[in-house]
Amino acid sequence: LPFRLHSILLAAMLAWPASLTSAAAHEFEIGDIVIDHPWSRATPAVAPSAGGYFTLTNNGTEPDRLVSITSPLAERVEIHESTVVDGVARMRPLPDGVEIAAGETVELQPGQIHLMFLRPSAPLVEGERFDATLSFEKAGDVEVEFMVQGMGARPTTAESHEDHGEHAQ
Amino acid sequence: MRFLRHIRIAAWMAVAIVGGLVIGLTVLAPDRPGIATNIASSGPSGIGGPFTLTSHRGETVDNESLTGKPYLAFFGFTHCPDICPTTLFELTDLAQELGEDADRLNVLFITVDPERDTQELLDAYMTSFDRRFLAVRGTQAETDAVVAAFAAYAQKVPLEGDSYTMDHTAGVYMMDAEGGFVGTLDMHEPRDTRVQKLRRLIGA
Repeated sequence: LPFRLHSILLAAMLAWPASLTSAAAHEFEIGDIVIDHPWSRATPAVAPSAGGYFTLTNNGTEPDRLVSITSPLAERVEIHESTVVDGVARMRPLPDGVEIAAGETVELQPGQIHLMFLRPSAPLVEGERFDATLSFEKAGDVEVEFMVQGMGARPTTAESHEDHGEHAQ
Repeated sequence: MRFLRHIRIAAWMAVAIVGGLVIGLTVLAPDRPGIATNIASSGPSGIGGPFTLTSHRGETVDNESLTGKPYLAFFGFTHCPDICPTTLFELTDLAQELGEDADRLNVLFITVDPERDTQELLDAYMTSFDRRFLAVRGTQAETDAVVAAFAAYAQKVPLEGDSYTMDHTAGVYMMDAEGGFVGTLDMHEPRDTRVQKLRRLIGA
């Protein structure tokens, strides 16, 4: 296992410069909430939906909740959670949104909790950007910009690459 | 004391045999039976029944047309933004790594959502992936049959309004040239391991 950890770290270190050039991290703030690197993936030609991912950090002393999202890109944006349990992939909406406890960080990423942009007006192309408005129960609304990465892009943090055997992806 | 010595030798031999079996089974067992418990629980013999589907290009794809080449098969649907395009994308990457050798392999993306995944939609969808891959669909009855043939699972789940999602088996099945189940391709494994497995499957 330590060997595996080393190779993960090494892979992350090797991958880092590439991720800097292709998709530099960017972040947004509203009140106590920091939204780190909203990104999406290029979609197949006629994909009826697109995913959306970012890291939410609550620097406040009260819990907050991401309740809804709107975007000119899509007719509707939902918050979903994907799981793979016993070999079966499932996806369920989270109608109550995502809670971010005080001082905590929540990652939205492929195969786990993610945004789903329904019926995007155009296929997403790597390198493009699109806007969205995130609404938090307490912090309020914030405009963010999603960066479209490659179709097989993965989160940029090392720990999110591994140890999610029970998650989809 | 010769007798005792014989017993000791026999005991060590037993240890060696059992140990060998354990190692052998660990090495030979499908790499991750858990990737689709359905596969594990029904065993390899439960996979590979007859099915007939139609590809995004309009050809009939059935057990007979697939015979002669090993193939990969996995279940999905285009309204899935997350897992399905990722699997197709990663398989595209592996096929490109194999280059012409990948001609000796068929890759089937079997939709579990024939209602929304029309042939026309699949045809446009597949332009984003390796052109050798086939998206295949059937009537609801044909879809049920292929799910059963792979001892897989697919279930429509209603969502708010008139929309729905599909729960489905997530693994990638590796099948030999006679349509026999070989094992599953674990997309979490290192890329090199997956490439090697595919090379082994096609005998390259």
